[in-house]
Amino acid sequence: MKAAASHLFKQRVPAALADADLQAAMGKAQDGFVGKREQAVSDYGDFDALRDVGQEIKDHTLAHLDYYLERYEAEVQRSGGHVHWARNSEEARRIILDICERVDAKNVTKGKSMVSEEIGLNDALEESGIAVHETDLGEYIIQIARETPSHIIAPAVHKTKDQISDLFHANHGRYGFHQRLTEVPALVNEARQILRQRYLEADVGITGANFLIAENGANLLVTNEGNGDLTCTMSRVHIVTAGIEKLVPTLEDATAMVRLLTRSATGQEFSAYTTLSSGPRRDGDQDGPEEYHVVLVDNVRTEMLGSEFRSMLRCIRCGACMNHCPVYGAVGGHVYGWVYPGPMGSVLTPLNIGLEQAGDLPNACTLNGRCGSVCPVNIPLPDLLRRLRRRQHEAGLDSRYSRAGLKLWSALATRPAVYRVLTRCGVAVMRMLARGRGRLGSLPLAGGWTDSRDMPAPAGRTFHSLYRQRGRR
Amino acid sequence: MNTPGKAPRVGLFVTCLVDLFRPGIGFASIKLLERAGCEVEVPAAQTCCGQPAFNSGDYGTSRRIARQVIEAFESFDYIVGPSGSCMSTIRAHYRDLFEDDPQWLERANRLSERVYELLSFLTDVMDIDGVDAEYRGIATYHDSCSGLRELGVKSQPRKLLGSVAGFSLNEMNDCEVCCGFGGTFCVKYPEISTRMVTDKVGSIEASGADTLVGGDLGCLMNMSGRLSRLDQRVKVYHAAEILANMADGPGIGEAEDAGRGAAPDRGRGQG
Repeated sequence: MKAAASHLFKQRVPAALADADLQAAMGKAQDGFVGKREQAVSDYGDFDALRDVGQEIKDHTLAHLDYYLERYEAEVQRSGGHVHWARNSEEARRIILDICERVDAKNVTKGKSMVSEEIGLNDALEESGIAVHETDLGEYIIQIARETPSHIIAPAVHKTKDQISDLFHANHGRYGFHQRLTEVPALVNEARQILRQRYLEADVGITGANFLIAENGANLLVTNEGNGDLTCTMSRVHIVTAGIEKLVPTLEDATAMVRLLTRSATGQEFSAYTTLSSGPRRDGDQDGPEEYHVVLVDNVRTEMLGSEFRSMLRCIRCGACMNHCPVYGAVGGHVYGWVYPGPMGSVLTPLNIGLEQAGDLPNACTLNGRCGSVCPVNIPLPDLLRRLRRRQHEAGLDSRYSRAGLKLWSALATRPAVYRVLTRCGVAVMRMLARGRGRLGSLPLAGGWTDSRDMPAPAGRTFHSLYRQRGRR
Repeated sequence: MNTPGKAPRVGLFVTCLVDLFRPGIGFASIKLLERAGCEVEVPAAQTCCGQPAFNSGDYGTSRRIARQVIEAFESFDYIVGPSGSCMSTIRAHYRDLFEDDPQWLERANRLSERVYELLSFLTDVMDIDGVDAEYRGIATYHDSCSGLRELGVKSQPRKLLGSVAGFSLNEMNDCEVCCGFGGTFCVKYPEISTRMVTDKVGSIEASGADTLVGGDLGCLMNMSGRLSRLDQRVKVYHAAEILANMADGPGIGEAEDAGRGAAPDRGRGQG
């Protein structure tokens, strides 16, 4: 697995802000996502009521997760499939590699799966000499660019069309494509022609899961390219990788969740392809795999289930929080340094790799609340980020500078009389420095502010001194 | 809470930024509340709501400050302040601090129900739908995040400002997107904050407005500071100043001799 780089967040921000291609790509993408979601939500009617239903479905499932997991396993087994339990990424990789080795797999096709990123699957397969072919267009783009996803549903969102033209031009010559294409349909078509061949060659197809349905053991998968269907059905073996939080009780619950998911993610009423897979090919089926495996991954999920972060397990990976996050929009997904970026990633990353490694993520947020206001399952993301800050403070992981500042400020704020005297002095000094200009161009210890903005100077004496002097007016 | 015929007693929570940087907003608040029929008092034992500590994860300090605020204000009918952000801390978050302390939790909850942001208090509790004020200008309004998303402050300031003679509103794009202030965020992550406030200033400029209005001084100082650094000629006022007819002096961050109508001094401030 690629090493996490979340500890480099702060140091990687300036380069991201100065990257003209990234900025162009992000600006365009965020506007598109926000506008489309807004339209879809207003067309739906009472979307907030649907969000409450989604939250209720997930909360209920999480409260009885043991039951639904066992029910799901029994149903998968009944349809001839296998369920494997992985406590961590290493176990998950081992299970998948064992299956691939047993069936002598040379080629693997993959539908989009963030859990496969989480467990570092591609590198593990390649190290074992198995060729991995990403079939989701965005994943395909970043695979040939040798990058990681910067968004959970639009992995190549950080790239401009021009960059993709160059990338295809540089990589597709060996397949006989020598023209540099510039139009999106032509680019998609070229990738599609290359990927078609991959499906035919695939021994194993690996997909993620949007919803695992306990009552019938089915996996519901949404895509817009149909690559999920082809990955499931055209290989000898289909492996599903999913976190244990993907369970929903019934097919009807899953359809409610899809209504929430597609509108929140891409502003669609329905995805172009919605695939239900359950078990291997049965007698009389015209297609389908010979073997069907589901690898259920825990990582820190059971720990979260019993903690103040349980609500995070409601997450359905729609990406709306990052699409609406002004910080994510400004810096893109890569600076977050691990698998999941943006607000949901700023909660998940510290829980997975540790606050010591990812201490910036919960703090690089203005707590403006826009993420929580669009979350389809009402996850209180700002509250969760604040709880991580609390853990950080209580573990002494926040900076010495910040702790000293808080201590001094706290000593003043809890002593109103002292506070009055000192603030009166501070205001007088600032007014003297401003010399009637109304603002300060620089201020000691406030470079973070004054390097890019003026500091408005106090407009008079403090309110409290004026008020006590004038009395009420 | 409101006894008919008796003026409600309102404790004004001044906020630390208004106390330090813009006392006029405090006096404007008093004027608006008194005109609305309230009896206003300003308890002396107030400093800050504790939000900087709370958002830094320092619950110990936050609790000490919260107790101080609760003690100073719990005898009033209402607690009102000219900031969505501070009032939301008191109204929505004090209870988070006392999860393990039933006695203080009870006091925090009892206070919470009576805590209001100034502009929404005037419309939603005091049923005010207009003011007697004049401001000649084309303004644009920034919806500060906590007020908007935690307290539902959106239509109330627009309704009140709509009654100001001469006042017209040109909404900017993305008026609900954060300006990049975020309390300590703006100094902890100055590059990201600068990028966000620069985007915001672009939206303000594109609106064609000559005045920026909002309900939270922190955000207004952030935007004013970036506007003046970029030499943008936009006046910045808190909504309370305009509604109280007290926006005839210099705007936020403007030179002291730049009264209403005079050309603003655009030389860079020096420290």
